[in-house]
Amino acid sequence: MKTSNTSLRDYEKKSMKWYVGYFVVLALFIWSMIGMNINLERISDGIPAMGRILALMVPPDTARLESSVIGMIETIQIAVIGTTIAAIFSIPVSFMAARNLGLPTAVSTAGKQILNAIRTFPSLVFGIFFVASYGPGPLAGVMALGINSIGMLGKLNSEIVEAIDPGPIEALEATGANYPEMFLYAVIPQVLPEFIGTTLYRFELNLRQASVLGLVGAGGIGVTLMQALQFRRWAIVGMTMLVIIVVVTILDYSSAFIRKKII
Amino acid sequence: MSNSAAEEKPSRFMLVMGKIKGLLAIILVAIIYIWSARGVGFSLIEIIGELPSFFNLLWDMVPPNWAYSIRLINPLLETFQTAIAGTILGTLLAIPLILLCASNVNRNNPLYFASKGFMNLMRTIDPMLYAAILVAGVGLGAFAGMLALMFFSMAVNAKLTSESLEAIDDGPLEAIEACGGNKLEMIKYAVAPQILPTFASYTLYVFEINIRASTVLGLVGAGGIGVNLDTSLNLFRYPNAAMVILATFVVVVLIDHLSNVLREELV
Repeated sequence: MKTSNTSLRDYEKKSMKWYVGYFVVLALFIWSMIGMNINLERISDGIPAMGRILALMVPPDTARLESSVIGMIETIQIAVIGTTIAAIFSIPVSFMAARNLGLPTAVSTAGKQILNAIRTFPSLVFGIFFVASYGPGPLAGVMALGINSIGMLGKLNSEIVEAIDPGPIEALEATGANYPEMFLYAVIPQVLPEFIGTTLYRFELNLRQASVLGLVGAGGIGVTLMQALQFRRWAIVGMTMLVIIVVVTILDYSSAFIRKKII
Repeated sequence: MSNSAAEEKPSRFMLVMGKIKGLLAIILVAIIYIWSARGVGFSLIEIIGELPSFFNLLWDMVPPNWAYSIRLINPLLETFQTAIAGTILGTLLAIPLILLCASNVNRNNPLYFASKGFMNLMRTIDPMLYAAILVAGVGLGAFAGMLALMFFSMAVNAKLTSESLEAIDDGPLEAIEACGGNKLEMIKYAVAPQILPTFASYTLYVFEINIRASTVLGLVGAGGIGVNLDTSLNLFRYPNAAMVILATFVVVVLIDHLSNVLREELV
């Protein structure tokens, strides 16, 4: 009798929490919508304007197919090299940030905080700074993705390291293996396939990022896109978007396919 | 015995095949790397050689212009509003899309593949690109940013949640169907109770993505604190830019923390 009473109270408390949650979300939503300065005029002008823009994108300017493809190739290359730089740097950091390898807690906490800090910024912010110091071009994009992706890859990879099976480590320890041996034969084989999986996943995200890095001058198809947007050449915008959609979709599927094979 | 001997031969053949496959994969990866490195003009000398100018740039940003922080309050609030409104509208739009993209709820094959295709198509485009186009259509400001986040978060949320939805326990769905319940009853009594906590958790995750994205939407004129970042950088006011970045950092960290607390409460 008593237990059913407490569970009922728990239930009421829980549904109470949901109601408070709904109310807070609703209040935030109303406040936010007020801030958007939406009025009837903007909507009544905006919808036909968007319709006109979309209509102008079709048919895409096929004369720009070649230059769009060249830009997209550069975008893929930026994503490949940027992701790889991040993958290389994220490996030591992720072992440092993992809590189960016997490193001092201060080291893993510091590692986690650094990764979180890097993850805070969108890659476009990094893009701006690398364009300002390295000059416009794909190398700035590579650096932006390379540094920015360390945050997420390090975080995901350190979680993978934390989830490994301690059995092999203990077995090697029992046979008198030293630290590097334990690392090489018990840790690395367990984490490597999943590391490759997270790297491929980040590559998928970086490909999308690389397609807009050109908006701040960091190379790739975004440069063509930026110019077309500035001069309102919607048929060119349509062409570049078509290339982005097709290529990103194909590479997404290939990457997901490889990930499934590996893990 | 004869059985194991019969198994040995193909296994040795498979081993050789596996090695060849591995070798081919390594060669392919090497080719991709060389091709990419040449394409982007990758050179360690340039990367290391230009590092001082990168650090000089960072050095120009120190100390941040603390006085500028007061003028950032309103843009920051606008950034919040953009992300909140974009997330909520995107989430509402995602609900029908989630149901259409789950093969155990939507058993109409052509409709299922069409919805999935639409969702994947919407997801290939970065929110910045949506924003850049929308600014041309609906004008400069946060409204364009909100719509951009709405489209993107609809697609991302639909992908994540529909994949979880396809993995739910089909028992309750079949039970309702067996009792003669219709689609709506099935969604209300069998699907919603199972998927709502996951859906809420993914919505918070999408909100985190949107907060980050909303801080740079201003670079294409779609409102928020990114406008301040853009003008500070264009006028070479690096201490102001540093203040913008610092403020963004603090806010994103706080929101992430809050979102994590809420998510642990949910799941």
